[in-house]
Amino acid sequence: MSSHYEAPIREPLVLGDKSYHDISREIAAPIEGKANKSWWIVFTISLVAFLWGVGCIIYVISTGIGVWGLNKTIGWAWDITNFVWWVGIGHAGTLISAVLLLFRQKWRMAVNRSAEAMTIFAVVQAGLFPLIHMGRPWLAYWVLPIPNQFGSLWVNFNSPLLWDVFAISTYLSISLVFWWTGLLPDFAMIRDRAKTPFQKKIYGILSFGWSGRAKDWQRFEEVSLVLAGLATPLVLSVHTIVSFDFATSVVPGWHSTIYPPYFVAGAIFSGFAMVQTLLIIMRKVLHLEDYITVLHIEYMNQVILLTGGIVGVAYIIEYFIGWYTGMPYENYVYLSFGAATGPYWWAFWALIICNMVVPLTLWVKKYRRNIVWTFIVSIIINIGMWFERFDIIVIDLSKDRLPSSWAMFQPTFVDIGTFIGTIGFFFVLFLLYARTFPVIAQAEVKTILKSSGEGYKRLRAKHGDDVSHAQNVESYPADAGPAANISYKRFENVIPYERGAAGSSTSDIAQAREAKINQLLDSVGRFDGAIQTQDDLQRIKGIGPVLEQQLHQIGIFTFDQVSRMTTKEYQLIKDIISDFAGSPDRDDWAAQALMLKNEK
Amino acid sequence: MAANKIHAIYTDDDLLLQAVKQTHSKEYEISEVYTPFPVHGLDEAMGLKPTRLAITAFLYGLVGLSLAVWMMNYMMIMDWPQNIGGKPSFSFHQNMPAFIPIMFEMTVFFAGHLMVITFYMRSRLWPFKKAENPDIRTTDDRFLMEIEVADHNVDELAKFLYDTGASEISLIKNEEDI
Repeated sequence: MSSHYEAPIREPLVLGDKSYHDISREIAAPIEGKANKSWWIVFTISLVAFLWGVGCIIYVISTGIGVWGLNKTIGWAWDITNFVWWVGIGHAGTLISAVLLLFRQKWRMAVNRSAEAMTIFAVVQAGLFPLIHMGRPWLAYWVLPIPNQFGSLWVNFNSPLLWDVFAISTYLSISLVFWWTGLLPDFAMIRDRAKTPFQKKIYGILSFGWSGRAKDWQRFEEVSLVLAGLATPLVLSVHTIVSFDFATSVVPGWHSTIYPPYFVAGAIFSGFAMVQTLLIIMRKVLHLEDYITVLHIEYMNQVILLTGGIVGVAYIIEYFIGWYTGMPYENYVYLSFGAATGPYWWAFWALIICNMVVPLTLWVKKYRRNIVWTFIVSIIINIGMWFERFDIIVIDLSKDRLPSSWAMFQPTFVDIGTFIGTIGFFFVLFLLYARTFPVIAQAEVKTILKSSGEGYKRLRAKHGDDVSHAQNVESYPADAGPAANISYKRFENVIPYERGAAGSSTSDIAQAREAKINQLLDSVGRFDGAIQTQDDLQRIKGIGPVLEQQLHQIGIFTFDQVSRMTTKEYQLIKDIISDFAGSPDRDDWAAQALMLKNEK
Repeated sequence: MAANKIHAIYTDDDLLLQAVKQTHSKEYEISEVYTPFPVHGLDEAMGLKPTRLAITAFLYGLVGLSLAVWMMNYMMIMDWPQNIGGKPSFSFHQNMPAFIPIMFEMTVFFAGHLMVITFYMRSRLWPFKKAENPDIRTTDDRFLMEIEVADHNVDELAKFLYDTGASEISLIKNEEDI
């Protein structure tokens, strides 16, 4: 049995007959190409939202947090709601990269990079809120244990709010380091493919000079494993500590011992929902459907089901305890009959419907594998999880022990603007990331290609598990000819193959040529002048006027056709056109054509 | 010509691994292998020693933990003890439960960051560091094995490498000798 064996019953994680080079090419394509129109539209909207948020933040800081809708009774509202919401979202990335690494889940390879990016960007948004809430953010360093002008009065290490400072800064920095270490080989790949000196320089700096030595890889794997081991308890600790912000208080509804596990499950629940939201769009826009497959989406839906189930059980327990204690105050906590029928009934029911009812549809396999439905559910969960934090904070505070001070919360435009601003900031960062970073950990995907790639699975199904997995790559001599020192070097596959030299008749050659053209057009599609318009193929680097004319003679007219070409088609073209002078592999026609096609 | 090297390029990880094993068993000296992704079992086949980074991480973690314990004791017990919420801070062991989150976070912080810094230093990775892979295709889909020529016959060695499945072979002359 080959070492790449994987149970045939497992669905492939990488679709199509991919080679290692195909993976590099397809993951580098979004970076090497130009942004299309929809990217610019979404980016502009996000940027405007972000700038609007910046304006609101400047207004808050210069005027004071009185511009928020807070009142005497409800002293925490949207600010902490948003903080907890964003921190929660920031839990999926490290869970995917750390916990799933420890469990050796191969499907994490395709999603971990973007999930970690999302984590970091979400934690940045979360960090903004406590910072603004300080009122005087330029004194933020007071939360650090540093000797100060008060005769070294230290910060209070008994306070969960201070634990938060340590937990979130550790989490952010460790996630960042974990992410970047994983990025080094992928930046190196982009660096070595880069065509412009500027790109080469930038990715050279970003890749820290990664060279891919065997020893580096050995250390790399060890570091990833140890970081995963460290990050796993870390990810649990962060939201545990966030829940302590509430659980260590004496406010009814807050001082609950199930908060830590319940908050952690809720965080993973919301984090995976956000990953789904982002990845479902990203795989479509960046054409990564072969890497982020329906199977990946189903797996993530299963995690959502599990954590959503934990959250649902926690809700039921909270509701039961609220009733069972018999305390009148507990009847107004966020999960109680009082909340369900009181002035915040809409927030209560939004929570129940979004987080408990709608995700139940994912028990049905058909819905779990339905991309559109998954996208809708992920948005609903994001909304529901925002309401969970809103309910915990605002409903619990709204009816305190003194009925005369009962109040409602009314957000001002500043509350709303700041929240929308962070959403804008988040998307600005993510969109920039999607254009400049390798969004899939290509080096890691390459390690699972032979075990989980569709092509190799088919190969094993056809020829048995012991079949050779060695790739037969079309080769070309290195440009600079490093092999020049060896007199008898052999590049079998570049020795020009003289067709017809063996004395075959011209009609045979013509027939063979015709068959090859047909074979080529069968795989790339035929051009129909009546309904299609031809593209300017000369825009593809490496195709000049002569080559374009030759391609036209074969019947290649559109970017669409070129974009479907693989090494097999390139070889066919080389065979068909006798004086072919292009290098489609090196210039990567297909990737360029894909880019140009999308620009239209 | 003491330090001449041969670069053999393979197109596949299975081929490379097999070639590394064969080369190793022939007692040719493999000085380096460059691969685009971690090839499972390559370090063993090359005879690389296991990395000790995990041990350093454990030690760094201990440093972080000790620092946190010292910090909590100094700041909360010795320097400025306070009665917070009716819980006086007069002895470390009684107050320790409240310090566990900080102790944990500091342990993770030190272990994680110092280990990664050690990794970057040992593998010589930092911004503005020049990449050292001899062929740019080794970050894409090629696998490069570097063999010390030493006093072996170059032609024989090259033939041997072809037989192991190398697709390209080149002799790298040490510049000092030329």
